[in-house]
Amino acid sequence: MTLVLKKTDYALMLAHARRCLPEEACGLIAGRRAEDGKRVEKVYLTANGDRSREHFSIDPQEQLGAVKDMRARGLVPLGNFHSHPETPARPSPEDIRLARDPSASYLILSLAGPEPELKSFHLESDLIREEELILV
Amino acid sequence: MRLIVAGVEKEYADGLSLTRLIELEKVATPQYVTVSLNDAFVESGAFPDTFPRDGDSVEFLYFMGGGR
Repeated sequence: MTLVLKKTDYALMLAHARRCLPEEACGLIAGRRAEDGKRVEKVYLTANGDRSREHFSIDPQEQLGAVKDMRARGLVPLGNFHSHPETPARPSPEDIRLARDPSASYLILSLAGPEPELKSFHLESDLIREEELILV
Repeated sequence: MRLIVAGVEKEYADGLSLTRLIELEKVATPQYVTVSLNDAFVESGAFPDTFPRDGDSVEFLYFMGGGR
C-alpha cells in the first residue's frame, strides 16, 4: 500500500509538531482511496488531549467533527499522525497496542534528529508494518 | 426505521441494538470501536441495551492515541 502526501500538507504537519513542542502533536488525515493506495487531500491539526511529551490522544468529539467535515468535502478518513519529539519515527509499543483501525494509516513524525523524519505504518494481520510514503 | 449510519441513510428493522447494528455493518475490530448516537458517545457496555430510533444518526470511530 502506498500513501501519497502533498508537500504543503507535510509542511502543515511539521509546523504543527514544532509549535506543540515539547509535547507530542497529532492530527487526522483525509483523502481518497484507490486500488493502488491512498492520497491525502486534507490534514486536520488537532489538540493533543494528553498534553504530554510522551503520549497523545485525539478527543473523540473533535474527531467526530473532523469526520463530518471530511464527508462534506467528499473525502474519507485515512488515518492519523503524531509526532515523536525525542524518539525515532517508529511505532512504540503503546502506538502498536492502540492502533486498532485496519483501514488506517498511522504516520509518525520524528523531530529527534537533525532533520525531521516522517514514516507511515498500517496494520496487516494484527502486525504493524511500514508502508511506502510518497511526497508530491 | 431509517437510520443515518456513517452519513448514509439506510432502512433497518425496528428494535435493533447497537451491538446488532455493528454486526450488520460488518464493522472491523468491533471490540475497539467507539459509537456515537446523535453526537453523544455511548459506553461500549451499553451497546446491547441501546436501541437507536427512527431518524437517529450513528457514527463508528476508533480511538486515536499512542505514546512514544
